[in-house]
Amino acid sequence: MIVLEKRPQPSRAWSLATPVLAVVATMVFGGLLFALLGKNPVEAIRTIFWDPLFGEFAFYYRPQLLVKGAPLVLIAIGLSLGFKAGIWNIGAEGQYIMGAICGAAVGLAFYPLDAWYVFPLMVLGGALGGWAWAMIPGILKVRFGTNEILVSLMLVYVAEQLLASMSLGLLKNPEGFGFPGSRNLNDYPSASSWISQDLGMHWGVVAAFIAVIFAYVLLNRHMAGFHIRLTGDAPRAARFAGVHPGRLILFCLGVSGALAGLAGLFEVAGPAGQITIDFNTGYGFTAIIVAFLGRLHPVGILLAGGLMALTYIGGEAAQSQMALPAAAIQVFQGMLLFFLLALDLLTNYRLRLKTREVA
Amino acid sequence: MDISSINPVLLIASLMVAATPILLAAIGELVVEKAGVLNLGVEGMMITGAIAGFAAAVETGSPFVGFVAAAAGGAALSMLFVLLTQFALANHVASGLALTLFGLGLSALIGQSYGGVKPPPIGKLDLGPLSDLPVIGPILFSQDLVVYLGIALVAAVWALLKFTRAGLVLRAVGESHDAAHALGYKVVRIRILAILFGGACAGLGGAYISLVRVPQWTDGMTAGVGWIALALVVFASWRPWRVLLGAYLFGGITVLQLNLQAAGVAIPVEYLAMSPYIITIVVLVILSADKNKAPASLGRIFHASQ
Amino acid sequence: MKLTKLLAGVAIGLGLATAGMAQDKPKIGFIYVGPVNDGGWSQHHHEAAMAMKEHFGDAVEVVERENVPEGADAERAITDMALKGADLIFTTSFGFMDPTINVAKKFPKVKFEHATGYKTADNVGVYSARFYEGRAVTGFLAGKMTKTNKIGYIGSFPIPEVIRGINSTFIHAKKANPDVELSVVWVNTWFDPAKEADATQALIDQGVDVVLAHTDSTAPLAVLEKSGGYGFGQAADMAEFGPKPRLSSIIDEWAPYYIARTQAVIDGTWASDNTWDGIAAGMVGIGEISSEVPAEIKAEAEALKASIESGEYHPFTGPLNKQDGSTWLAEGEVADDGTLAGMNFYVEGVKGDIPQ
Repeated sequence: MIVLEKRPQPSRAWSLATPVLAVVATMVFGGLLFALLGKNPVEAIRTIFWDPLFGEFAFYYRPQLLVKGAPLVLIAIGLSLGFKAGIWNIGAEGQYIMGAICGAAVGLAFYPLDAWYVFPLMVLGGALGGWAWAMIPGILKVRFGTNEILVSLMLVYVAEQLLASMSLGLLKNPEGFGFPGSRNLNDYPSASSWISQDLGMHWGVVAAFIAVIFAYVLLNRHMAGFHIRLTGDAPRAARFAGVHPGRLILFCLGVSGALAGLAGLFEVAGPAGQITIDFNTGYGFTAIIVAFLGRLHPVGILLAGGLMALTYIGGEAAQSQMALPAAAIQVFQGMLLFFLLALDLLTNYRLRLKTREVA
Repeated sequence: MDISSINPVLLIASLMVAATPILLAAIGELVVEKAGVLNLGVEGMMITGAIAGFAAAVETGSPFVGFVAAAAGGAALSMLFVLLTQFALANHVASGLALTLFGLGLSALIGQSYGGVKPPPIGKLDLGPLSDLPVIGPILFSQDLVVYLGIALVAAVWALLKFTRAGLVLRAVGESHDAAHALGYKVVRIRILAILFGGACAGLGGAYISLVRVPQWTDGMTAGVGWIALALVVFASWRPWRVLLGAYLFGGITVLQLNLQAAGVAIPVEYLAMSPYIITIVVLVILSADKNKAPASLGRIFHASQ
Repeated sequence: MKLTKLLAGVAIGLGLATAGMAQDKPKIGFIYVGPVNDGGWSQHHHEAAMAMKEHFGDAVEVVERENVPEGADAERAITDMALKGADLIFTTSFGFMDPTINVAKKFPKVKFEHATGYKTADNVGVYSARFYEGRAVTGFLAGKMTKTNKIGYIGSFPIPEVIRGINSTFIHAKKANPDVELSVVWVNTWFDPAKEADATQALIDQGVDVVLAHTDSTAPLAVLEKSGGYGFGQAADMAEFGPKPRLSSIIDEWAPYYIARTQAVIDGTWASDNTWDGIAAGMVGIGEISSEVPAEIKAEAEALKASIESGEYHPFTGPLNKQDGSTWLAEGEVADDGTLAGMNFYVEGVKGDIPQ
């Protein structure tokens, strides 16, 4: 009989080896799936994992990885702080939308003024929008003990309705012939978050890297980080150590909300360009997965965000090139997550063969 | 505007239909959470149930077989969650989210040949003269069977948790898995059963959408109902009858806001559409004075270490 | 590289295709916002694409991408196709407008066709259908067939396209039946079967017995089938719901346009255009009118359709007032395309406000 034995410390070797193993396992099972669908499995896997990085059109895909990965990493970093402390913000999608709406509203209010301070003010607006939206579950939790998972999730739906309202009403492009959607911020240089479109560089990418460093320093070198970790591992001990739970909740939700809001702002001022009814595409939810894949560690999240972005970009290429249905790519991503999560076991536990003892 | 054109009897009859998928999924998840497991994959299990039930009903021509297959499909998907969380000891939140992603993809893949197909119709309970009674006739005696099944499940779960030994064990596992383990209960086995039950219920809820409420198959047709079901469990502070109340409240507001629109009430649509969610939050804040807290071991990973 | 192409060829079932041959054929791309089996908008574009492929046989290669979200992802999807040698790309949702224009700037040699938008360029044409012509016919039928004098309209988003449909429906329902009232329910989605079903039920509960939908699924018809009442096919014929509840349908007929534009690329005569065609050009089809409709009403509806088709009658012909009672079109005056394209007001008699 196989039994699990908890390792005294997570194995370093396995924590590096398991992601690789998981990717290999996904390739095998995903390949089987593609073969069942009548596609060439080797080509499909190569199209998903290899071509975006080293294929003929890599010059286009590599920058796109930054565009797709940046919002995921930015949001996931914020979420990971709360998750470490046992504070569950599931509504990053809503904070992302609110950040985009507030930030874009600031920019559109200045239109067509050409000034250096427009974009910084938009950034501030975006961060504040996301922060404020996250403060609703935060304050309700601290004041009334209301469950933050539920409130933050409900607020996603509210934010989606506000988004529809904004793109049909207040923020609608006055020169858009009555069609929904705001002005395109890419046509307004003072409000654009692009640094270089060809390199996939926009301020959101820069912000994502800064967030990774910030989170790393916070968690390892700072008292607040120590409190977060302590609260997650041993809530009672944390209280003795002088952690103020209410303040910690507001801090974690606030940071994650602000980062999600920033992600929304950089997206709307760059890759997306405008506020539209369907502006949000699920980054807030995918980021939760990214946070866990990265084991709530800043560097891990950076890598996990890159991997997720790769499966998106590669999956898209496989769709158009090989006529693979979109659903197959989704199943494939699901498999990857399953294997990553399941094999994580090997990091924390040792498998031992044991003969059954007679009692 | 003419609110008098809204018929309250028809409104209640409609809201019971609108609430049934949420109710089924939520009562299943309640059992799962009572056992100390947080499965965020409800949406994925619902959509899998929706396509499994739809396909089976179309192939066999029997809605009954469809619902059985839906329960089996939902439970089968939840088996993946079992493998991840009970054997591989993976994080519940991440596993649940992965389950949803996987379920959405898988159902779309299976459902590719079922677009535009009509499922066999499901019969309404015919109680003859009872159905013709004024007011209570349309509400109580002319729904389809699944609506009654939903209510019966709530009653059954309530009785199970409150009066039976099995319910006591389930709650013990959810409150403190270590203590339950020390007492000799099979923590993992009990949790597996709870998860499978939750998967089956979510599957039924999904099939109710694809076989009765809509009835047709389209990709992603559960459109977020699974998340609402999850919210309802918290909303109901883990009490079965409150799940019923919450589901009807949520279904009611959803149906009412459409009725208000149809009656021409001059409130902006977006605000009407967001009202179910805002009211849920408000009710939740009011209810949070209630000290009935979540199962203490909810979402914590259990490993018997000796 | 050769091997790659060869493998791709094998995978898509063109075992005999060689790398060289694949390059010569015009490659036509399609980008869809929904899944290709959504039963409505995207499925219809996909079927038209397949009809086009059938028409040309081996002479063209068709590539498709489904479920493309609007915004940044759309821009990447379109760029991806252009990079891989597509000659003509159809982007089939309004939200793809700015992404299409952006990509078109980077690929001046590739031709683009964007559905339902208004931004054009040297290599970007736009096309849309005058669905309001079809709505005139279905509105007329709705007015004639309602017994409660209440008809309902499920609106997706309050954009000009949908508002035109509501106005056209109401004007012609009123012509058929002066006592008719129209209730509009906005669901704020193009495609959410459960919500559409609930909205239909809400309308029925209010005494509405004919429901017209401007959303894409068959859910409203399925609910009408259960609860009684009439409805219409939208985007697709939805004939499986006939003869009751489906009275008729408005069908999107994109295939002739796709064939014509692909032919233009093959001939080298493609030029940017702004196409807005209706019944006459065959872009809007009216499905077979059901046997539920009495013969004389059916004849009247067909006469209405014929008069629109011949150009003799325009669905927006004065005298027509706006909702607030101010004059919009004088006796005999016909609405101009500019006003129609940006329509953001109800005509007199429609109740409620347009959400802003």
